[in-house]
Amino acid sequence: MLKLTCVKKTFNKGTVTEKCALTGVDLTLEDGDFVTIIGGNGAGKSTLLNMIAGVYPLDSGTVELDGHDISRLSEPKRAMYLGRVFQDPMRGTAADMQIEENLALARRRGQHRGLAWGITKQEREEYPALLAKLGLGLETRMSAKVGLLSGGQRQALTLLMATLTNPKLLLLDEHTAALDPKTAAKVLELTEQIVAERNLTTLMVTHNMNDAIRLGNRLIMMHEGNIIYDVRGEEKKALTVPDLLQKFEEVSGGELANDRMLLS
Amino acid sequence: MDIAFMGAVSQGVLWGIMVLGVFVTYKLLDIADLTVDGSFALGGCVCAVAILSGCDPIVAVLAATAAGALAGAVTGLLHTLFEIPAILAGILTQISLWSINLRIMGKSNTPLLTSPTVFSRASELTGLPQSSIAIIVGVVVAIIVVVVMYWFFGTEIGSALRATGSNEHMIRALGVSTAKTKVIALTLSNALVGLSGGLICQSQKYADIGMGTGAIVIGLAAIVIGEVLGRLTPGKLTGFKSRLISAVVGSVVYFLIRAIVLQMGMDANDMKLLSAIIVAIALCVPVVWEKYQQRSSYSKGGEANA
Repeated sequence: MLKLTCVKKTFNKGTVTEKCALTGVDLTLEDGDFVTIIGGNGAGKSTLLNMIAGVYPLDSGTVELDGHDISRLSEPKRAMYLGRVFQDPMRGTAADMQIEENLALARRRGQHRGLAWGITKQEREEYPALLAKLGLGLETRMSAKVGLLSGGQRQALTLLMATLTNPKLLLLDEHTAALDPKTAAKVLELTEQIVAERNLTTLMVTHNMNDAIRLGNRLIMMHEGNIIYDVRGEEKKALTVPDLLQKFEEVSGGELANDRMLLS
Repeated sequence: MDIAFMGAVSQGVLWGIMVLGVFVTYKLLDIADLTVDGSFALGGCVCAVAILSGCDPIVAVLAATAAGALAGAVTGLLHTLFEIPAILAGILTQISLWSINLRIMGKSNTPLLTSPTVFSRASELTGLPQSSIAIIVGVVVAIIVVVVMYWFFGTEIGSALRATGSNEHMIRALGVSTAKTKVIALTLSNALVGLSGGLICQSQKYADIGMGTGAIVIGLAAIVIGEVLGRLTPGKLTGFKSRLISAVVGSVVYFLIRAIVLQMGMDANDMKLLSAIIVAIALCVPVVWEKYQQRSSYSKGGEANA
């Protein structure tokens, strides 16, 4: 269970570029919740995920995971609980290292890393079967450098890496936004499949309103650093894109800041 | 073989250990660590003073290694804990080591004329002349270092260290403190540099305050030469083990080139200029080549590449 209490974050405090990114977010996720997050540019979606992951220190408020307060833990310390996939496909994998080496790094997420072998023989035998599930033919290229893969392949690999050790929480930050439509659909399909199979608690930022409605059991809309709309279950299933647009106009006073939301 | 070239090979191998240190920071971590100039001389100074104070030559080499490691750790902490850019952190340590090295030796040059060294010991033991023993000792130490490095960078922490150089964001998201891995890498790297400095000091039988000047450029030049040789070799030696070996080979080739141009009558002081030119050319060629390819692949109508 994830519980955020009054989480605040302001960037560049006291300067002309001061930006209040989160204005006191309260959010509780039950185990197994799959929450999609939408909102305009600068609404605080990515910042919210980054605060949970510990990328920046909190200004105030608390982040609790399974009853433990992780607000003051550093990013690497929190990593043992979290699986993360980023918008930039280059960001989630090490280009200069082999596919199997990347998986082995992910397998040890949050564990002590000592002088044992970085990848064991047993792992080398296990990984091809896991990669085969992605259906991208990567299982025959275990020792290829990740830098040789396409963006979509890298993103699928990152997704597999993020979920390799069952994380308490999966954070997906517009992870299909940089992919072409066909590849994006494939990665999204894999996401659904993995999340459902493992019943992972998931937060997914997206700019695609159709995806936001179709996927998950709960939808959150953010605006100017806070949650302005939170809908779940049957009510969410009944939503349509025009409903969301109207809702957005109601609370934000008319303008829709993110053109991409309209286009997709 | 000509004695000058024997000397060049032994120097190349012994400096090659420093090149392996530079390889860790420059190639694996993607940092040009300028500590090297200082920590190389530090290794030499510590080694000389240790031998003169009656230490066993092997203990003196270990002391040089430890001193180098400490210097690397200082740069690492400046860089990670206080977020000083890596280049500047290296420069700060390097400059401070100049004064520290003078303090350690008490003067700018310490000769070891009659003192025992690892080389004189090995020479007594085997009965081989000192010129060839230097090569043998150097090769043995270099092999040990390469094997240990190959093992270490295959371990969990070693892999995390390589990943730090490849993608910091990713490895942090996987629970690794990149501050820690960077400090470890800089420490290890400069330990090797200190070790090399200690061995060079014993082979040339003196330590000098200026012995490390330009070491980083020699390191980069050797790595670059090694890479080119590796790529030219049939079978494209680009695996990790061959990259380590070609770094040492690159160092030997560098010192052979040096010996040749010196024999041809070049002023020894111009060698640093030549090293800088080698590195600059090596860094320029890929960029110029890519620009040339981009320009030459352009065609007005687009029919050429259609």
